[in-house]
Amino acid sequence: MADLTNGIVSRATGTDLVKRGLADMLKGGVIMDVVDPAQAKIAEDAGAVAVMALERVPSDIRRDGGVARMSDPEMIQGIQEVVSIPVMAKARIGHIAEAQILQALQVDYIDESEVLTPADEAHHIDKWAFDVPFVCGATNLGEALRRISEGACMIRSKGEAGTGNVVEAVRHLRSILGDIRKITTADQAELFDWAKRLQAPLPLVQEIAETGTLPVPMFCAGGIATPADASLVMQLGAQAVFVGSGIFKSSDPSHMAKAIVEATANYLDPDILAKVSRGLGDAMPGLEIGSLETRLSERGW
Amino acid sequence: MALPRIGVLALQGAVDLHVHALERLGVETVEVRRAEHLARVDGLVLPGGESSTISKLLVINELFDPLAERLAVGMPAFGTCAGMIMLASEILDGRDDQLSFGAIDISVRRNAFGRQIDSFETDLNVIGLAEAPVHAVFIRAPSVERVGPGVEILAAVEEGRPVACRQGQVLVTSFHPELSPDLRLHELFIKGMAA
Repeated sequence: MADLTNGIVSRATGTDLVKRGLADMLKGGVIMDVVDPAQAKIAEDAGAVAVMALERVPSDIRRDGGVARMSDPEMIQGIQEVVSIPVMAKARIGHIAEAQILQALQVDYIDESEVLTPADEAHHIDKWAFDVPFVCGATNLGEALRRISEGACMIRSKGEAGTGNVVEAVRHLRSILGDIRKITTADQAELFDWAKRLQAPLPLVQEIAETGTLPVPMFCAGGIATPADASLVMQLGAQAVFVGSGIFKSSDPSHMAKAIVEATANYLDPDILAKVSRGLGDAMPGLEIGSLETRLSERGW
Repeated sequence: MALPRIGVLALQGAVDLHVHALERLGVETVEVRRAEHLARVDGLVLPGGESSTISKLLVINELFDPLAERLAVGMPAFGTCAGMIMLASEILDGRDDQLSFGAIDISVRRNAFGRQIDSFETDLNVIGLAEAPVHAVFIRAPSVERVGPGVEILAAVEEGRPVACRQGQVLVTSFHPELSPDLRLHELFIKGMAA
């Protein structure tokens, strides 16, 4: 009989495989922004794969202005107590101390997020230094690869948070995935030029040329407000969706949350999409991108 | 004998990684989202993901009852992490509305190893795979807290805490073989189907 005494001496935590692995487990799911334990419970009841704890949803941050920061640890812990699914939380771009606090709180993923006010106008967090994995936003492939080179274990296309307008999410997804498709047909000499133009590390560009995919999962965020929006971005190649204001700024959050979960899982099935899109009440009020005073997606370098 | 056609439950989770692993073994795969997909497969892989989400989607997609019927008449199944939770006879620390199939007589505790910061990788000796240890990745993993008669423990960590079990043609692991290039557990499942 084999020795069943295993894994006591040689356990490794905080590895790349372990950090990226959780993102793999969230594929096909919906991650919902929540601002208190009651909303977190509604999200979990609706079938969310994870919740993102933050002080205000992006549409309120947009409306209120001022500096948006990491959430109160008490609120984050309150959410961790009431749900059994992973709990994520946001740190400001470049704010190492906020990220350290979130790691100490044992959140399951840290979002270094442009939705909060940036703390550093040149540098992102060195994410390799943490055992908790990070997700970062990207508007194009170069930005995605810079974040991966800093240690991000999941990329989300940024979209334009808090607008309920999916157009920017679509633009960013198409840009990232379109460039990946082009790179897979480039020759060796062209890969050097791609790395230069993308301002991205050459080894990552070469890896994409070989595998045809990002080395970490890619999800979509920013402007998803309906089940049809979720299906759209999944069809374009997102592997899961983040929904921010779209749920708790709709007229019937619980119903909308369930419908978006069902639509994401069945994104290729128009009959199911038609069924779940019925009678949802009002989606969140939307904003025209041209009318915005602040473009959150322009934050990040 | 022809290789079996294997379904991968494709409601949520690391579906693509299991499909990839099975394809590398030359097996024909079917992504199972609805009952008609289930009718076309000889066995089913239940992937890692969020067990509470998958449980809800099984009901919404009207797949729970047809799958329970197939499992009750002995369809081979391989569950990893959330998949193990779904196949267990009892779930500890689950949501009140969370369902499982009882295809293997074990009690499973969700998130038994802690939060993501406690997720880990390690080498495991697995019975039946003696040539080398299996490199196992545990992500917010469940553990087996009770094993019924007729269930074999294939691997364990820490004072004998089981992390891989088999009963008949149902194989379960707390960890994620789909995250490593080692295909031996998938192979073990397929060989078990032929037996």
